[in-house]
Amino acid sequence: MNVTTQMTPVNNGVNVEALISARDALTEMPAAAEFTWRAECEWLNGVHSRSTVKGFYGLGEEHQHAETFTFDADHPACFAAEDKGATPVEIVLSALASCLCAGVASVAQNRGIQLHSVVAKVEGDMSLYGILGIDPDVRNGFKGIRVAFDIDADASKDEIAAVVAQSQKRSAVFDIITNPGNVRVSVS
Amino acid sequence: MYSTTTLIIGAGQCGLAMSFELSKRSIDHLVLDAGCAGESWHSRRWDSLRLLTPNWMNTLAGQTHGPEDPDGFVTARKFASEFDNWVVRHAPPLYTNTSVSSLSRLGDGYIAETNRGPIRCQSVVIATGACARPKVPAFAQAISHRIEQFSPITYRGPLELRSGGVLVVGASASGLQIAQELAQSGRKVTLAVGSHGRLPRTYRDADILQWMDLARVFDEPFTKVNDLERARRTPSLPLIGTPERDDLNLDVLQARGVELVGRMMDIRDGKAQFSGGLFNAVSSADLKMNRLLDRIDTWINDHGFEGMVAPPRRFAPTAVPSDPRLAIDLSEFDAVIWATGFNPDHRFVQIPVFDRKGRIQHHGGVVEHGLYVMGLPFLRTSRSVHIDGATRDAKALARQISIQLDQSLAA
Repeated sequence: MNVTTQMTPVNNGVNVEALISARDALTEMPAAAEFTWRAECEWLNGVHSRSTVKGFYGLGEEHQHAETFTFDADHPACFAAEDKGATPVEIVLSALASCLCAGVASVAQNRGIQLHSVVAKVEGDMSLYGILGIDPDVRNGFKGIRVAFDIDADASKDEIAAVVAQSQKRSAVFDIITNPGNVRVSVS
Repeated sequence: MYSTTTLIIGAGQCGLAMSFELSKRSIDHLVLDAGCAGESWHSRRWDSLRLLTPNWMNTLAGQTHGPEDPDGFVTARKFASEFDNWVVRHAPPLYTNTSVSSLSRLGDGYIAETNRGPIRCQSVVIATGACARPKVPAFAQAISHRIEQFSPITYRGPLELRSGGVLVVGASASGLQIAQELAQSGRKVTLAVGSHGRLPRTYRDADILQWMDLARVFDEPFTKVNDLERARRTPSLPLIGTPERDDLNLDVLQARGVELVGRMMDIRDGKAQFSGGLFNAVSSADLKMNRLLDRIDTWINDHGFEGMVAPPRRFAPTAVPSDPRLAIDLSEFDAVIWATGFNPDHRFVQIPVFDRKGRIQHHGGVVEHGLYVMGLPFLRTSRSVHIDGATRDAKALARQISIQLDQSLAA
């Protein structure tokens, strides 16, 4: 029997060549690598608010997204709210999962691994004793976050694990969540 | 004023290897060292330290075998005495206790200002080592004077530390070894673990470095490396050299009572802050180790050694505490050990050859026509920081120096 292996180019929809040439270009131009991301949030009513994301700064100039994106945040009925959007903490979990998924796709593309499906299930545990001020020893935020990936790809188990490991290593949101950072809030 | 053809700054394994190569080529040269030959091995290593490379890898220039048993691990103290023997045997043109305060261009060559006066030369080899200055994070300044701070250069042994808790920052070879020694001395040790590696000491009946050597893991040239920047950041081999060929890893340390936390990120309100990314750091190290073992297994199979050595095996994943602490009040510690890596000290080089992070720019050790550097991580291969890597790099660079001098003569 004559077996031929057909090589099909891997396509995860990530333009790795563009990312790699951007990396090379930015290595020579540190100022262009400085980005500022923005969101604007307006209180609507109760604990319901709407954030708008439109412009950002990077590569030495202002940019606009292709369209204006909005995200509603609210709280569910058990918080005596109207549930017109996800809670802010669920948006944080979504942001973490999205960032890791983007990383998985990019790293897999770069390593020539074809993805068929990627699903990340994220859970964060929290005691309300923190935000309700019942116990000062309980933190407001998550006690811990678990991300479970289910990935179908043309690669071994270890290769997939290595892709997921690298996506964490290069993830902005993973870093934002796992490491301390300074936040300064002002009032005009 | 002194003048020489090639000035070698630093008389460690690199500087002496270069002297050896230049002598073979009859190139007039001078070796300077701020201390004596092998000074760092004499005075900048902790008391119990043994080399983590087996002695067959610890050969100085011109030696066919290293100190003592080729498969053993010489103590740093004994290894230091090898330098004294080497100097007696080879009588290199060495000025000890000679420190260089500046190196600048002068005409077609260079001039070094030293405590013996200026020295002119046509070419210079900077061989002052990769581990001259401990890389301590800026937030270390927030630590009160009550807490003693050490680096692997200033640390000597458990007896020099007060009896309280110790925070060891960094889990490469130095951090692992010091954490283990302190835990064995009965101290409560916390180890902050950033990205690190894991290796078994022995695998399939041989030392892991024997297999890595055979499978040519150390031989990839700098010109062929995918991401040289990254390769040059790879920390030391996470091993310890002991007569019992013990493993040293995070599981071993946890069994000795060491508490693991994530990478140390900051100090706030008197509390050390650690990254929540410990789990990924640990699984990355396990995955990387398994890739290396795959490569070794393939080599063994391809070369027909299957069946002659123990069968392949995979080690259990490193156990990670389910809830590592993210912040620890510094009052828990009496000492902090910064095993966070090193930088070379090239501040005396008054020539614009540095990148934006202050690192000397070079192509396999060639900084410019006439200026060379040695002993840096992945200078030419990953062997460049091994003892016997110095000999290989010296051979390659001596060839360049010789070509350069021929050109100067012809011009």
